[in-house]
Amino acid sequence: MGFMNLFKHFLGDDWGVHPDDHKRPAADQPIRKLPVPPRVHLMLSQHVGAPARPVVLVGQKVKKGELIAAAQGNISAPVHASTSGVISAIGEITAPHSSGLPGMAISIDADGEDAWLETEIVADPYGLSAADIATRVAAAGVVGLGGATFPSSVKLNLGRRSSIDTLIVNGSECEPYLSCDDRLMRDRADEIVGGIRLMLISTGAGVAKVGIEDNKPEAIEAMRSAAARFDNIKIMPVPARYPMGSDRQLIVELTGREVPSDARAADVGVIVHNVGTAYAVHQAVCYGRPLVSRLMTLNGGAATTPGNYEVPLGTLVSDLVAFTGGYQGEAARLVMGGPMMGAVLPHARVPVVKGTSGILLLDAGEAAACEPEACIRCGSCVKACPMGLLPLEMSARIRNDELEGAVDLGLSDCIACGCCAYVCPSHIPLVQYFYHAKGELSAQQRATLRTEATKKMALQRQERLEREARERAEAAAKRKAERAAAAAAAEAAAASAAVNTEKQGETA
Amino acid sequence: MNTSSLTAPPLASPHAHGGNSVSRTMFRVQIALAPATLFGFWLFGWPAFFLWLLTILSCLGFEALSLKMIGETRIKARLFDGSALLTGWLLALTLPPWAPWWVAVVGGFIAIIIGKQVFGGVGQNVFNPAMVARVALLVSFPLPLTQWVTPLPMMSVGAPDFVESLRIFLTSLPLPDAMASASLLGFTKTELSRGVDLVQSMAGSHAPALSWLGTRSGSLGESASMLIIGGGLYLLATGVITWHTPVAVIAGLAIPAAIGHAVDPSHYLSASAHLLSGAAMLGAFFIATDYVTSPNTGSGQIVFGLGVGLLTWVIRTYGGYPEGMAFAVLLMNALTPVIDRFAKPRILGRDRKGKPLDIPEKKGA
Repeated sequence: MGFMNLFKHFLGDDWGVHPDDHKRPAADQPIRKLPVPPRVHLMLSQHVGAPARPVVLVGQKVKKGELIAAAQGNISAPVHASTSGVISAIGEITAPHSSGLPGMAISIDADGEDAWLETEIVADPYGLSAADIATRVAAAGVVGLGGATFPSSVKLNLGRRSSIDTLIVNGSECEPYLSCDDRLMRDRADEIVGGIRLMLISTGAGVAKVGIEDNKPEAIEAMRSAAARFDNIKIMPVPARYPMGSDRQLIVELTGREVPSDARAADVGVIVHNVGTAYAVHQAVCYGRPLVSRLMTLNGGAATTPGNYEVPLGTLVSDLVAFTGGYQGEAARLVMGGPMMGAVLPHARVPVVKGTSGILLLDAGEAAACEPEACIRCGSCVKACPMGLLPLEMSARIRNDELEGAVDLGLSDCIACGCCAYVCPSHIPLVQYFYHAKGELSAQQRATLRTEATKKMALQRQERLEREARERAEAAAKRKAERAAAAAAAEAAAASAAVNTEKQGETA
Repeated sequence: MNTSSLTAPPLASPHAHGGNSVSRTMFRVQIALAPATLFGFWLFGWPAFFLWLLTILSCLGFEALSLKMIGETRIKARLFDGSALLTGWLLALTLPPWAPWWVAVVGGFIAIIIGKQVFGGVGQNVFNPAMVARVALLVSFPLPLTQWVTPLPMMSVGAPDFVESLRIFLTSLPLPDAMASASLLGFTKTELSRGVDLVQSMAGSHAPALSWLGTRSGSLGESASMLIIGGGLYLLATGVITWHTPVAVIAGLAIPAAIGHAVDPSHYLSASAHLLSGAAMLGAFFIATDYVTSPNTGSGQIVFGLGVGLLTWVIRTYGGYPEGMAFAVLLMNALTPVIDRFAKPRILGRDRKGKPLDIPEKKGA
């Protein structure tokens, strides 16, 4: 904790936490490339939005980089073959999610050649139009690689439509253990800067601010020298503090703007992209290379050779672990992502996806869980919460099944960063409470929608029946009236005829 | 690899912990209290030690009994999380050092059973258990609770030895006149009620000395103000407490005291007399900062602390009792839920009332 942090701590302006970062020595190892595994399994849903639709058949031969599943709908992303080989199956596989539920995936038996599909190389990528860049990014299946996995092209187009002035590039990497963004910035700074330039063109933003936590001096130095030629790309060190990489916090830190809770970053003229995404954008636009592999950190007490690995998408975690020397001792918990927000994996036979920034093999000491105790209202969670919430009050409401009360206290603003549970002296699993409540609320909302729809339909049916009955009655009445009128007319005609005959008789 | 440990139910993030725990927090508070307590033992001899020990033991005993009656499965972990021990310790520091044994037992019963467990145990009580016990003892047994003893440091001439001390502790005979003394606040209150104003009474030969070093009559927590402040600074440095409550309590007490003393020194004690008496420092750093019964935001703690300080001064100055800290803390404890309701932190992206911030107008759009 630096002096300024200490000062802020005494003022009470000290959101977030300062966990041990555990980034080194893994961060100082050079990038290693994972050889092609015998088989890869590419999930159809590894992004936010609609799952991709397979466009290949079992038995078909594919090249590395070939489209195997196309985007469907406005918010979606295509999936490409991460190595050359034969499509061996299109079916279910355990998804990399703590539920352990299956998801659809395309499996490829690798032929070992790892042969790329021939792609056109753009002569002057920086001369492309904004829309053209976004189209190429969309076609390459690039999604937010910081973990959010939101399709990048959608954000680029959104930026252009909503008159963005600042592009924020997130290189803060505040999660402990992870160092893939750090490594990428150290080794591939020029490509990242190229990607930032393309994103500037595509979003129409005037300036790019790259936020890097000050615990990565090598990355800051590398990025500074790579961006030195470009006045509109600013490298800005930010204090190391978790969750600095959360978009709302980083926007405040770099621009001083606060995103209203019901708005998006674009509404305050800002858009946030990860450094990994910038790199992928560069590869997609300059070389026509789709997103088929990514850099990820393997770390944790049970990892034999911690470090950063370039891994083909769809590689099983077990293959990655086996290549890196297996487990050192026993892994008590497998986590995909960082320790603060990552998901527990049910087992190691799950594929890595576009959003996988790291695989943690936590040993028994790191994964040790303490028995939760009663809340002593110490307020540590209130001080730690980067959103200014009252986690202790919210969890008390949720425990008593009073979800409305928790929502009133700002449950919907919770970003599940885990600071509260990290500092809690009673080891209360606060984030689990909030996940539970959010899940419960959305289930309730769905149920409400369903009942409302049923009610509406029942009402409509009743109205229709009433209307029909009324119409029938009206029609019957009308017919009756018509009949009566006709009868009256006939009677009148008969009467007048009689009168006429009489008259005729009189005159006769 | 053994996968059986991975088939355990999935756990939500985070998968790391800062390492803080309830017992570590309580342990730090106990470390902070230790110097002042040891000084008190030296100053008032073995009876003070017996009182301290029995108060803590009775608190632990009643806590164990309650946990057993609730049907708690992890009695040992809950019992030794330090909370009951700390309650007993704080209570002991506010009692007259030579109070008899049954004061400790009754105090422990009131603090743990009535003050804490009937509300639902640790974290659920509305009022500070130690202060509930102190006030209940004071109004029920005013005599033993206001019998202050002249400091008789251990090893000094006339100080009771171990066996003699045990007899004093267990028989609860009234103090011999030569040993009885009054605390500063009690003395001035009596003198004022007799019509002797402060300027005269403080100049008199019977006036208790106002000592920064703590060699004076009073409770264990009242005598060694400097050591209490030192303990409080330790708590601040280790992050167990924040500055809000202690600063607010001291300000709430010292500011009206200073104004009153400046206006009429014959009726109002000085700010330093207030701060050094009646365990004001213990209250500011250790009692008012109790997590459970004080607000959980910085702004709320400032309101709470100012209230404690001001009420203490009002009760001491105008009330029937010479001391007011315990009453003031209990009164403000009752207000804590209200303060918590109004002093909430601002949510990022929302205004103070919880409405989302306005989306800024686009330039040129």
